[in-house]
Amino acid sequence: MKVDVDKCLHCGGCVGSCPVNAIFLNDFVLEFSSKCTKCGRCVKICPVHALSMEGRR
Amino acid sequence: MKTYKCDIVVVGAGPGGSMAAKFCAKGGLSTILIEKKAEIGAPLRCAEGVSKKWLEEVGIEPDPAWICADMVGAVIRSPSGYEFKLDESHAGSEVGYVLERHLFDKALARDAAEAGAKIMMRTSCTDIIRENGKIVGIKAKSMGEEIEIRAKAIVAADGYESQVGRWAGIDTTLEMNNIDSCLQYRMVNADIDPEYCEFNIGTSIAPGGYLWIFPKGNGVANVGIGVMAKLCKDAEPKKYLDKFIAEDPRFKNSQPVEVVAGMVSTCPGLDCAVGDNVILVGDAARIIDPITGGGICHACRTGMYAGLVLTECAKKGDFSKKALMPYEKMWRDRMEDKLYRNWMAKERLAELDDKTIDELVKLISGSDIKEVNVYNLLKVVKERFPKVVEGFEDLI
Repeated sequence: MKVDVDKCLHCGGCVGSCPVNAIFLNDFVLEFSSKCTKCGRCVKICPVHALSMEGRR
Repeated sequence: MKTYKCDIVVVGAGPGGSMAAKFCAKGGLSTILIEKKAEIGAPLRCAEGVSKKWLEEVGIEPDPAWICADMVGAVIRSPSGYEFKLDESHAGSEVGYVLERHLFDKALARDAAEAGAKIMMRTSCTDIIRENGKIVGIKAKSMGEEIEIRAKAIVAADGYESQVGRWAGIDTTLEMNNIDSCLQYRMVNADIDPEYCEFNIGTSIAPGGYLWIFPKGNGVANVGIGVMAKLCKDAEPKKYLDKFIAEDPRFKNSQPVEVVAGMVSTCPGLDCAVGDNVILVGDAARIIDPITGGGICHACRTGMYAGLVLTECAKKGDFSKKALMPYEKMWRDRMEDKLYRNWMAKERLAELDDKTIDELVKLISGSDIKEVNVYNLLKVVKERFPKVVEGFEDLI
């Protein structure tokens, strides 16, 4: 997953919405673990569109 | 590795965590309250509106230090501009104060400290520790250092992120219709009524959610939006909120001084908010009013219940799921019906088109509601639009 650090507001919304608990918010940095299934849920629901699939826009 | 030992470790120093820590400490339990961030109550992730009635119930004395503005009423606005306004004599339980959350949260943490809880800042839980299958504490990172906190039970008060519960084996995953994605600006120099909280509803305004204006005095207001996650695909909260502010003349000369995002669950709460040696409170337990998105009072209540139940459990030295079940009963007895009713109402509201919402607001503005709250509004809807409340009319 790709995080646009200029857009991300570190709200943790994607963390709590992730169906497999694969995201961790470490201060101002989002970390994705290998559990991520690239389901795209976080991309869809981010209030400021700060997330995208790697290689896609 | 540095190891701390205590009776109860509370993860997260929001209102739920601080209340839990306070009541555990008051009950004589050695309690550690950890907070991931560098400051309790900041950065903000909240619209800051609360009602007044519940404060007494949880033993919180209203303090001007954290009350930013006192509301006298509420306005509900439909897409075509129909308004339902309730004046002071009719003001009710869904409006009340607009808080300074950064001060409110610190006041509750102070109460926890005063009761004897130890607070560790910039300490984030990274996992739970199990021994022979039993939860015996948490792993954490404190000021960059890996530590362990050994405890008899964990209170998961980690908010919407709700990771602690999931590490402990409690499924807190939400369906997309039960998530609202939110964005809020702190607007200044806005030409708004300083004494009314405003709720704008309608599919063209905030799909599946609502857009709020909560005044903080001096032309300052929290102006924010929640959009049902199911209806999001490309930063909808920002698009809808920016559009509303650009088109509303009250914000013509207004500027933002803060932007905050966040998400809120809109389900009726977890199926079970306890497990062996773990209790989930507040947002972490998904115990939030599904229609208003208000969760501070729920967090304070559940935090208090958790502290009281853990104190009882300590007397027998039993923190098993079975021993913690009185907590489950307490929050359900107090809130379950209302949570379920408001969840159903939210589901139905999300299905209504703008025209129907115009009709609905027109209709309630012609009714004689003495006190504005979700229950009274639903009663009017039940009378005039029975179809909207079909399936949960028994709860109204």
